[in-house]
Amino acid sequence: MNQEKNKNLALCDAFIRDFQSFETQLNGQSTTQFHKERIKAISTFAELGFPTTRDEKWKYTNISSFLKKEFSLAASSKVDKSQIEPFLFDGMQKSRLVFVNGIFSAELSSLDENNGVVAKSLEAAHKENKEVVEKYLAQHLIFSDQPFAALNTAFARDGAFIFVPRNTIAAQPLHLLFISSSDSVPFHSHPRNLIVLAESSELQLVESRHFVGDQEQIYFNNFAAEIIVGANAKLDLVRIQDESKSAFQFSSLQAKVDRDAHFSFTGVDLGGSISRNDTNIEFTGENAGAQLLGFYYANGTQLLDNHTFIDHAVPHCNSDELFKGFMDDQSHGVFNGAVLVRPDAQKTNAFQQNQAILISKDATVDAKPELEIFADDVLCSHGATIGEIQEEHLFYLRSRGIGEEMARAMLHIAFANDIFERIKIESVREKLEDEIIKRFSE
Amino acid sequence: MPQTPIKSEYDDKFGSPEQQETIEKITKSEYKWGFTTDIDTDLAPKGLNEDIVRFISAKKEEPEWLLEWRLKAFRQWQKMVEPKWPNVKYPEIDFQDAYYYAAPKQQKQLESLEEVDPKLRETFDKLGISITEQKRLTGVAVDAVMDSVSVATTFQKELQKHGIIFGSFSEAVKNHPELVRKYLGSVVPYTDNFYAALNSAVFSDGSFCYIPKGVRCPMELSTYFRINAANTGQFERTLIVAEEGAYVSYLEGCTAPMRDENQLHAAVVEIFVHDNAEVKYSTVQNWYPGDENGKGGVYNFVTKRAITHENAKVSWTQVETGSAITWKYPSVILKGDNSIGEFYSVALTNNYQQADTGTKMMHLGKNTRSTIISKGISAGKSQNSYRGLVRVGKNAENARNFSQCDSLLIGDKCGAHTFPYLEIKNSSAQVEHEATTSKIGEDQIFYLLQRGISEEDAINMIVNGYCKEVFRELPMEFAVEAQKLLAVSLEGSVG
Repeated sequence: MNQEKNKNLALCDAFIRDFQSFETQLNGQSTTQFHKERIKAISTFAELGFPTTRDEKWKYTNISSFLKKEFSLAASSKVDKSQIEPFLFDGMQKSRLVFVNGIFSAELSSLDENNGVVAKSLEAAHKENKEVVEKYLAQHLIFSDQPFAALNTAFARDGAFIFVPRNTIAAQPLHLLFISSSDSVPFHSHPRNLIVLAESSELQLVESRHFVGDQEQIYFNNFAAEIIVGANAKLDLVRIQDESKSAFQFSSLQAKVDRDAHFSFTGVDLGGSISRNDTNIEFTGENAGAQLLGFYYANGTQLLDNHTFIDHAVPHCNSDELFKGFMDDQSHGVFNGAVLVRPDAQKTNAFQQNQAILISKDATVDAKPELEIFADDVLCSHGATIGEIQEEHLFYLRSRGIGEEMARAMLHIAFANDIFERIKIESVREKLEDEIIKRFSE
Repeated sequence: MPQTPIKSEYDDKFGSPEQQETIEKITKSEYKWGFTTDIDTDLAPKGLNEDIVRFISAKKEEPEWLLEWRLKAFRQWQKMVEPKWPNVKYPEIDFQDAYYYAAPKQQKQLESLEEVDPKLRETFDKLGISITEQKRLTGVAVDAVMDSVSVATTFQKELQKHGIIFGSFSEAVKNHPELVRKYLGSVVPYTDNFYAALNSAVFSDGSFCYIPKGVRCPMELSTYFRINAANTGQFERTLIVAEEGAYVSYLEGCTAPMRDENQLHAAVVEIFVHDNAEVKYSTVQNWYPGDENGKGGVYNFVTKRAITHENAKVSWTQVETGSAITWKYPSVILKGDNSIGEFYSVALTNNYQQADTGTKMMHLGKNTRSTIISKGISAGKSQNSYRGLVRVGKNAENARNFSQCDSLLIGDKCGAHTFPYLEIKNSSAQVEHEATTSKIGEDQIFYLLQRGISEEDAINMIVNGYCKEVFRELPMEFAVEAQKLLAVSLEGSVG
């Protein structure tokens, strides 16, 4: 009923109109196999419309402020090398791909060919790595009931393409940097990443999303990623989201993890007026593992939403999930973690934990940890705690002569550290720790 | 629907708009059921319309206000849609293909227990139900020594001494209309949900319990209730009111298997707890779950809710082993400061049973506390879901909640699901939720087996130990029966 209401919005029509002009700009790409998916996706989107809070998956995520805005198709913007300097990490200077408003910037990127990894823009990969792209692109991310994933698929043109060949261990971590810069009109951009690790390969990857310019700039970033971790491969992905405080950030990630493989994901969410992440992991082979970590810090009127879904489709897999967050001012935090253990997925171990601390009286937290279990020989648990810092802990520190403000800061950092200490790349970890301390002291 | 009660000249002449509407409805109705005084039939025709509602009300000789209330509920129900969100599957119910009123059936009087279905007797023996009670439950004529009527009368006298009102809902409507009118729908309004609206329109009977100020009910109301448990009908309505400082412990249901012809059950339980009062409500439900192939069985769609005022306490304890489909969320609205809500549940599903059950704790007052302990056991091809909501409102300073939801799986064809919802709007809240799912440990079974205990007994022991936290909340005699009930319900799920 209410679903109908969000279907015929001006914003939906605008996207459908934009798609028509987008099609004409594709120069030849419109004959590819993938373009058929785009057409399918836009009609799916037209059918679905934007979700409402009536939708169980969007129960706590009210996007009405987003629906009132207008956006136009992203164009590249002039960004200097000096402007991206603060977002770079030590040790990754020669292995980065930079995208501005979702469009690959060869000028800002820097790649050392000796890394053993194929890393390039998706647009280039369409021509140069046709076989891999056709095999995997749009084959895993399901959009039939996901309007944002459908919208991304419809507009997907550029993004990162990463392919790690068989038995290759990447010499150094790779950095994907997505910069947004909205000069005048709010834009919409739909970066699409395809990350494929072939059998027995290894890669450490950092993806960060930043903006240049002022905090008030409005834009709509709608990311989607498909990740294939082949048999016995290992992928470690850290994703940092620090968009402008007025931006709308949506992100759909679908990972498939094959036998004996391991996928480790850490998501850090700091920015965005509304930020919604859908992180889905599916095990496709036995004895695979996944670690899913999340940290979020919201203030002002931010809405940060993390939805995770772990699909134990096969036996003998392990998943371990920990999400921690702070909610300040009038912010709103949402966590929904679902774990599905399918029939016959015996010997599954699945752990999930969500902890949120409310710093301000006006902050809100909604948490929904779900377990759906259809096999009996499993060990699954989930836990959720919501509250403020425990008085006893504070008292302990204060009785040792530490001032209240300092004691609080120490406890906050200790709380966040559960996530940060598990980040393996040192330069990333240090930078994040500094950033969090800076935000707490603001 | 609600019309503004502006009194005009017109209204003076023809009655209020509401009355006019009623008059209009009556004059337009197709066939006037229940408006002749000499009705022979005790069975209303199939289907549901306003006439049936009037028929039920007339049959029960209800006052005008109650009929009005039923009709309002019925009109509300017509506007509502059946909820589809519970994690259960069943063929669509045709609400027009059911009887909504049937006078209590006179059971065939049997001469002796020999005539009773031996399978049923076997179950009684396993549960340890006394011969007298077996007779009563199966409709065998009871001898004079244990005349249920006289026992009931003794209890009734004792209760009257304390000013406690306890009896059937229809009696209460006749004898204490002011109390019923004051509290009916005050906790579960007829607009609440689809099945609550349906119940409000056509409720058959139920119990009414009123504990006056400062009175501590001297007995578990269970004992009496068990004697009168039979034939309360499929749309049961229970209303419990505890005045300031009162206390009552109430038990609903029975461990004995209930063979019921009615497939759809939609009960409503309302508990109104004044300042400093305490109500303990225990349920044992063992309705017909359908056969091993999932044929038949009762659909149990229940709305249970309590509202607590300052320093009050409500404790729900439930043992759910029956029904093909259970859909039930006993809730507490913690309105008053320092009030307490508790929920202890064991839900066992076997064969093709489906259960979607849990609780809602709404923290509104300051320093409110709630505890949720839920133990789900799934066996056979059953599906068992816990669905719970903990909501801490903006003004609920220092609210505290602890939830623990454990699921136990027996066999690899069943499912156990957990859907907790935590909605927190106050930073001083402390909310903790934890859930685990696992099967019975092989080491535990091995330990018991090597001590000469059979596998079936071993599993029963482990399951009972697992449910201990809930059983110890039950009144003593029922705790013992509940343990045996679990064993009976789990039969055939091992090996």
